[in-house]
Amino acid sequence: MNNKTASIKKPSNFKRIVGAIREYKKPSILCPIFVLLEVIVECLIPWIMSLLVGVIDYVSGSGVNADPLVVKIVDFLSHGNQPNMLLIILQFGLVFILLAVISLTCGAIAGRYCAKASSGFAKNLRKDLYYKIQGFSFANIDKFSTSSLVTRLTTDVTNIEMSYMMIIRTAIRAPLMLIFSLTMAFSINSKMALIFLLTTPLLVTGLILILTKAVPLFNKIFPKYDALNESVEENIRGMRVVKSYVREDYEKEKFDKASASVRDNFTKAEKLVALNGPLMNFCIYTGLICIYVVGSILIINSNNTLFQYTQLNTFMSYSFQILMSLMMVSMIMVTLTMSAASAKRIGEVLSEESTITSPENPVTQVKDGSIEFSNVCFRYSKTAEKDALSEINIKINSGETVGIIGSTGSGKTSLVGLIPRLYDVSCGDVLVGGVNVKEYDLEVLRNSVAMVLQKNVLFSGTIKENMRWGDKNATDEQIVEACKLAQADEFIQSFPQKYDTYIEQGGVNVSGGQKQRLCIARALLKKPKILILDDSTSAVDTKTDALIRQGFKNYISQTTKIIIAQRIASVQDADKIIVLNNGKIVNIGNHDELMQSSSIYQELYYSQNKIEQDKKEVK
Amino acid sequence: MPPRAPRAMKGSVAHQKAKKGTLKRLLSMLIKNNKKLLFVVICCLVVSAITGVSSSFFLTWLINTIQDGLRLMNPIDPSATAYTSSQAWQAILPTLITIFVTMGVIYLISVLSIFISNRLMAIVTQRFLHQTRTAIFNKMQSLPIRFFDTHKTGDLMSVYTNDTDSLRQLVSQSIPSLCSAIISITTLVCLMFSFSIWLALVMFLGVILMFFVTKKIGGKSAKYFMAQQIALGDEEGYVQEMMNGQKVIKVFCHEEESKKGFDKKNDKLCDDATKAHTFANILMPIMNNIGNILYVMIAFVGGILAALEIPNLSITGLQPLYNEKGFLSIVAAIMAFLPISKQFTGQVSQCSQQINSIVMGLAGASRIFDLIDEQPEADEGYVSLVRCRIDENGNIQETPEYTGYWAWKHPHKADGTITYTQLKGDIQMFDVDFGYLPEKVVLHNVTLYAYPGQKIAFVGATGAGKTTITNLINRFYDIADGKIRYDGININKIKKSDLRRSLGIVLQDTNLFSGTIMENIRYGKLDATDEECIAAAKLAYADDFITRLPNGYNTVLTSDGANLSQGQRQLLSIARAAVKNAPVMILDEATSSIDTRTEALVQKGTDRLMEGRTVFVIAHRLSTVQNSDVIMVLDHGYIIERGSHNELINKKGNYYQLYTGAFELE
Repeated sequence: MNNKTASIKKPSNFKRIVGAIREYKKPSILCPIFVLLEVIVECLIPWIMSLLVGVIDYVSGSGVNADPLVVKIVDFLSHGNQPNMLLIILQFGLVFILLAVISLTCGAIAGRYCAKASSGFAKNLRKDLYYKIQGFSFANIDKFSTSSLVTRLTTDVTNIEMSYMMIIRTAIRAPLMLIFSLTMAFSINSKMALIFLLTTPLLVTGLILILTKAVPLFNKIFPKYDALNESVEENIRGMRVVKSYVREDYEKEKFDKASASVRDNFTKAEKLVALNGPLMNFCIYTGLICIYVVGSILIINSNNTLFQYTQLNTFMSYSFQILMSLMMVSMIMVTLTMSAASAKRIGEVLSEESTITSPENPVTQVKDGSIEFSNVCFRYSKTAEKDALSEINIKINSGETVGIIGSTGSGKTSLVGLIPRLYDVSCGDVLVGGVNVKEYDLEVLRNSVAMVLQKNVLFSGTIKENMRWGDKNATDEQIVEACKLAQADEFIQSFPQKYDTYIEQGGVNVSGGQKQRLCIARALLKKPKILILDDSTSAVDTKTDALIRQGFKNYISQTTKIIIAQRIASVQDADKIIVLNNGKIVNIGNHDELMQSSSIYQELYYSQNKIEQDKKEVK
Repeated sequence: MPPRAPRAMKGSVAHQKAKKGTLKRLLSMLIKNNKKLLFVVICCLVVSAITGVSSSFFLTWLINTIQDGLRLMNPIDPSATAYTSSQAWQAILPTLITIFVTMGVIYLISVLSIFISNRLMAIVTQRFLHQTRTAIFNKMQSLPIRFFDTHKTGDLMSVYTNDTDSLRQLVSQSIPSLCSAIISITTLVCLMFSFSIWLALVMFLGVILMFFVTKKIGGKSAKYFMAQQIALGDEEGYVQEMMNGQKVIKVFCHEEESKKGFDKKNDKLCDDATKAHTFANILMPIMNNIGNILYVMIAFVGGILAALEIPNLSITGLQPLYNEKGFLSIVAAIMAFLPISKQFTGQVSQCSQQINSIVMGLAGASRIFDLIDEQPEADEGYVSLVRCRIDENGNIQETPEYTGYWAWKHPHKADGTITYTQLKGDIQMFDVDFGYLPEKVVLHNVTLYAYPGQKIAFVGATGAGKTTITNLINRFYDIADGKIRYDGININKIKKSDLRRSLGIVLQDTNLFSGTIMENIRYGKLDATDEECIAAAKLAYADDFITRLPNGYNTVLTSDGANLSQGQRQLLSIARAAVKNAPVMILDEATSSIDTRTEALVQKGTDRLMEGRTVFVIAHRLSTVQNSDVIMVLDHGYIIERGSHNELINKKGNYYQLYTGAFELE
């Protein structure tokens, strides 16, 4: 089955990337057309030049047995009168300038279209990628690391852009140039032209040999190079650890080794590629000597009739052009093979299907905040060894406050992630407002279920702008109200710019506790039917934490509140407390019940709080 | 979290133009480390450029020889007897053979020199890049923490990736091709003047035109390439931020907004890219066609000269080719000149093609130099940490082997004596003031005593200055006022590396490195045996989860231990500090993500480890600090209360409030 889908997917991967050309089809087609015109003119120029030289030679009288074509031209241009050299050159010059202008115009237009097409293509490709990622579910996001997605959107797309530019400009130009140059060479003298066919295979074989050896080398290096850069990033992020452990020298040594290995591998590969230049020169020079030898024999033997010495020059031009275009073809091959890896990486993202989408006829209203889990089990991926959650059965009424408690890795976050359908259950059903979450329109569901994530993020922008993530049209009063409820208003007011304070990327200019409170306020602005706090007050002091919970009780009593916490105190007064262990519900009950029935809860309670006993003693 | 100095970000600065003198410095750096190789490369470039140029000379020679032969066959003077082709052939054969053999030899030399210079350049480039990378990296290791506070990781990374890449382009391609172009152009100019001054002057005019075109269009193109870089950086930053918060975007159904923001930046990037590439793309056809027109101009001027029978003039007395009038025939001159002109314009346009990569490469080099020029972390300390042996009388003797005892070696400059003080872990702070920024003081008048064996806890709201105090002990930052003494020695006198070696620190932000779990633990003590590492892991209660992993201690951690939970990462970082076995330990929110049951077990372990040593603990969970000897309550940079748990509870002050605060509302 896997083979089949893979073989179907492959062409569609390519299609997906090419599909990003869209509105830039026109410049993509026009560019090669103008390149074609440019190449035609460019190939005519050396030919006309050889005629010009012949004409000068003939008119100045030093020539012997001139080309009949040259004689004809001179006769035509001087209307049978005594030929005037200057006039003839002038006329030639005008033709030349005309050709140069045409070539220049075509070249410039082609360049312009090429720039337009490739930049546009890159733009669309980035857009496709970004839009695709926006449609990703949590499971999709988990699959790709942030940095790998960023690389795909930047470096990989740039690689593709460069190749595309090459394809529509150079990849058309090189073969065309080759064909035209060969044709022109053959039309001047077919025997001489055969010499090209002698040196060409030499060059082609050489290039292919070099490429087949170098490309695998490069393919091996790039991951190494990436790893090197990753280790630098790691070093920068962990600089405090490096300094604390005085490991600067160790790190230097480590880096030096890695960098030297990259150097050695690159040197090996580039030494191979460096053979390209001498190989090409060798072929050009061999060709030249052959042309000169055969040419001289031809000229002398035919008394300058079969081949003109003025044409030697032209032949040289064509031989250069032919070999240059072969060289270009080899460059294109290198670039294309290198960007093939990028295309593959981009294709991986584009072909990733979102694992969670809205159903066809979705339910567009969430009735209330009741939640029900029936026989739910869950694993993060099909290949995961064990269930993250199993045998989950819970019923939560609208407006209830539910605490979830359990040690690290017990499945607390996994459990609440199923409610706004961030992940789909592996078995069983999750019902919100009496309806299976799979039947809701995703946006409707997620707008009714506000979740404050454990690893939460503020975005660069003012506090107000961040708050409006919860509700685009929130008034200033509503924002203040939500912030008051989240106990954030007080510290915001202490900032000189209050609600217009600019939050730096990642929220680095507010403290952890402040960030958490801002995130809660942002979620409150959604006016959700269900509010989930995933360890969202861990950095908030106990007093403020209590105030937040008190506020919830008083002002959003209709909202179902689910609170994950490490601190028993945070969940103690909940209507229900769920104790999780190894992905299973161990106990459900309120504080008093659990103090009786749950050994884990008791243990947690006492490990945290001898405080309780102390407090009693103090009182 | 450690308060960070506001990021006076140099985002825009990161893409500025190259500073003056960058090229000079770059070249001198390049030359300094590769003198011999570069000398050979330059020699090869000269040889290949001259031999490349000589091909047009051969053509002239060949054509003249052939013309001679043809003239013998078709004599102008009717009375002379015409040679047959084989007679003519015999007459010119010796010259022809000389020409072809010379050509063959010279071309062979040329190919060889290209081969050598290309290969050597590949070696030089990679070597130079390696040297540059390690120079940046080594420099970075020596920079103070303050530097990392004010520079974004992404910006630093771009020095290693984008800037180094553009440098590679510059060194491996632009500089050699510029060099060879300059050599070729010089040779060609000499050749041109030696053929004909008149025609050379025509060329000269054309070159001036090409120069201005390059300056104008190339300059525009370079400008937009810079703009494109900025736009790309901008978009990269946006994408990075959004990808980091992708889950938040999903939870808030904010996809459409995020797309809109992206489109705006993406369109800008596309605009700049189009402009940059347009200018770059049209430069070549323009240059080529100026070359073509020059070609005609030369033919035209040559024609005028021939028609007016103006004698050809050349700067060299050497006139290699004569016609019967004693001058280089104008046709021969034109024939020789035309390919030269083609080569010449070709070389000039090749130079013009390099302008973008030169501008970008220099900008990259300039940023690299900025980093290399950063001031390293100052260290005037001279007191060092040594292994020692202590005899019954308490005399301390320095020894090279591990004894379990350490001493501060304190040389006194005044009288040249050396005294030893045993490392005990006694830390005292007197009236310390500190601010990350001079105008914003975050610690006021902090005085504290930590005696060996004591457990000192800092409690207080976020931003009260808890982490800052520990940052001062290990001298990540230097105090503004006051004094810190370590075993009675002013810490400013202690070498920073030795100071930090004596402290075991578990930082608030856990950072692990790529490698196995075992390697990560060993980071604390590089020569630790596997047994030592496992013992430390057991102490930190990390052994339990590690052994449950399929590969146990050989589990490979990737990207900062992303495959572990936050709590597990903290356990590892405690194990890492435990294996270091330092006399002073600082635990900064080390167990914040660990559930309280596990925390109690970890604490038991660390308490056993730290018996008789000094421990600083920072936590906002009061249960973590309860059993401390002294608890300091910090508020806005002031120590407002200090004492043991019981003392503070009895005092019914702030600690008591904090402690019971959560329940006050009931």
